[in-house]
Amino acid sequence: MGETPVVAHRRGTHRGRPQRVGRERLPVGAVVLATIAVAFFAAPFLGLLWRVPWSDAWQVATSETVRRALWLSARTSLASTVASLVLGVPLAWALARVDFPGRSLVRALATLSMVLPPVVGGVALFFSFGRRGLFGQYLDQWFGITLPFTTTAVVMAQTFVAMPFLVLTVEAALRQLDRRFEDAARTLGASRWYVFRRVTLPSIRPALVAGAVLAWARALGEFGATITFAGNLPGTTQTMPLATYLALESNPDEALVISVVLIAVSFSVLVGLRERWLGGGTGPGAG
Amino acid sequence: MILRARLGVTLGGFDLDVALDVEPGEVVALLGPNGAGKTTVLRALAGLTPLDRGRIEVSNADPAAVHVLDDPVAGIFVPPERRPVGVVFQEYLLFPHMSVLDNVAFGLRARGVDRRVAARHADTWLERMGLDGFADRRPASLSGGQAQRVALARALATDPDVLLLDEPLAALDVGTRGGVRRELRRHLDGFTGSRLLVTHDPVDAQVLADRVVVLENGRIVQAGTLADVTAHPRSRYVADLVGTNLVRGRVRDRTFTTDAGAMLVGHSDEPLAGPAYALVQPASIALHRAPPDGSPRNVIPGTVAGIDEHLDRVRVALDGPIPLVAEITPAALAALALRPGDEVWSVFKATEVAIYVA
Repeated sequence: MGETPVVAHRRGTHRGRPQRVGRERLPVGAVVLATIAVAFFAAPFLGLLWRVPWSDAWQVATSETVRRALWLSARTSLASTVASLVLGVPLAWALARVDFPGRSLVRALATLSMVLPPVVGGVALFFSFGRRGLFGQYLDQWFGITLPFTTTAVVMAQTFVAMPFLVLTVEAALRQLDRRFEDAARTLGASRWYVFRRVTLPSIRPALVAGAVLAWARALGEFGATITFAGNLPGTTQTMPLATYLALESNPDEALVISVVLIAVSFSVLVGLRERWLGGGTGPGAG
Repeated sequence: MILRARLGVTLGGFDLDVALDVEPGEVVALLGPNGAGKTTVLRALAGLTPLDRGRIEVSNADPAAVHVLDDPVAGIFVPPERRPVGVVFQEYLLFPHMSVLDNVAFGLRARGVDRRVAARHADTWLERMGLDGFADRRPASLSGGQAQRVALARALATDPDVLLLDEPLAALDVGTRGGVRRELRRHLDGFTGSRLLVTHDPVDAQVLADRVVVLENGRIVQAGTLADVTAHPRSRYVADLVGTNLVRGRVRDRTFTTDAGAMLVGHSDEPLAGPAYALVQPASIALHRAPPDGSPRNVIPGTVAGIDEHLDRVRVALDGPIPLVAEITPAALAALALRPGDEVWSVFKATEVAIYVA
């Protein structure tokens, strides 16, 4: 441990492994700061795990409230991921490929909810699609549809804040894509739709997966817009983050257990997809 | 199959204006420097860049059956996927996420051909290209020459009337280029439609094409056989490009002998035997009034046939056992006091003579 490689392989003549001499030495200051960053990320989780009542954990995790919240979160977060894909991929495509007036304005609008406090998004949704809202009143009058305090409202709130992550990721990948591959496909007789399906989509698959995971994670953690627009009805609109927040007041042990479940789910998805994240290749020829 | 094209395309500040015919069974090489518009010509023919002016038509022997592909005045534009045009792109552009077989079958699948029928057809093409056993490989695992054959099979599998090739040899390293070029010639000979090849390498034009069209700045500056064009370069670029001394001959026992019986010492990237070309850059030839005594292995006697003066360089055409063009400075010309009819010695090193198999 004590000796540095430079000393151990003086002049690089020992055992034919001179390459170790040249290994880069990390600047100490950066290493210290990076370690502080890691500690900053790790400390809250350690604190949380330390307080979890492990003896009752399984009982709490399988309680009625938690099971309903977990099931609702799973359903709504997946539904908003699908909605983000279905609406977001064409939007990303239009932003990347179609040169229309006001494109940068549309891009700003499509990503606004990413930087907005989610509560503001929830308020905006409420006054637009609420029963007395600008559009909501007609939904109610003409179709008898009321959105607030329904599971649909949860999905809307989640999609509203989650879709920008997918749009930005996919748009970047489409911009980087070598379009000559699509040209080649067209000269081979492929229609635009066939090219999109067989060449474009497979080429941006890493970005598609990354964008969908980001959107899903954002939807799973959604709190502010959901509680504002959809309310907090157990089984209907009370997702995991809402249940956590409410439990914190009445039953802190339950809040801890739900948090652990959320952390475990999110962390295992991130670890499972690390290849995609680090791969970085988005276009044909990039690897 | 006859391809007739009047191409007018304006892209930003660039203006392409080209009339191009490819007769039945003919291979035409489009030569030109970077930015001349060669790729734009191919893209326009393929339908990837619509014409602003002009007309593209394909017809067979029957003049009544003219198939117009693009004519902005008449409001006709056939999109790329419905043109009878196959393209081998620069760098081949094989789809990296598909197997070799799926790449070759792509065109048929895109036309709605049943998966198994398309696969069988693609297999036949792979076999024809000498690629049996490569069906399940990924494009990334292929050599440059193999990738080129897959690209050719992919383009030909849809049975096009016109085949376009964009710099088909530029992606290859020098060592393999000769072999792949000969093989490409063989495969091009097996295709009966119109063939148009874009290249910046006169050797490609010599080996692969029947006729050369030189493009510069979006305009055709010269057209004809390579020999015609070489004999009368009409622009600085053409002189540089085809003014290269290209000598036909044979290689036997490691020596290059011209058709007229003169010998040249050169170098080659591959083992050689049989018909070959020797390539000598004019600027690498030194001229002497008396036979010199030194290390260069090639000392060729000749008489000055013509002197062509440019701003900074002078091209001297020489008659003799090997007709050559030498390029010297105006100062050297003055020092030698050369005039047509004078006897001179052309001197160049073996390392300046590149020998290719024909």
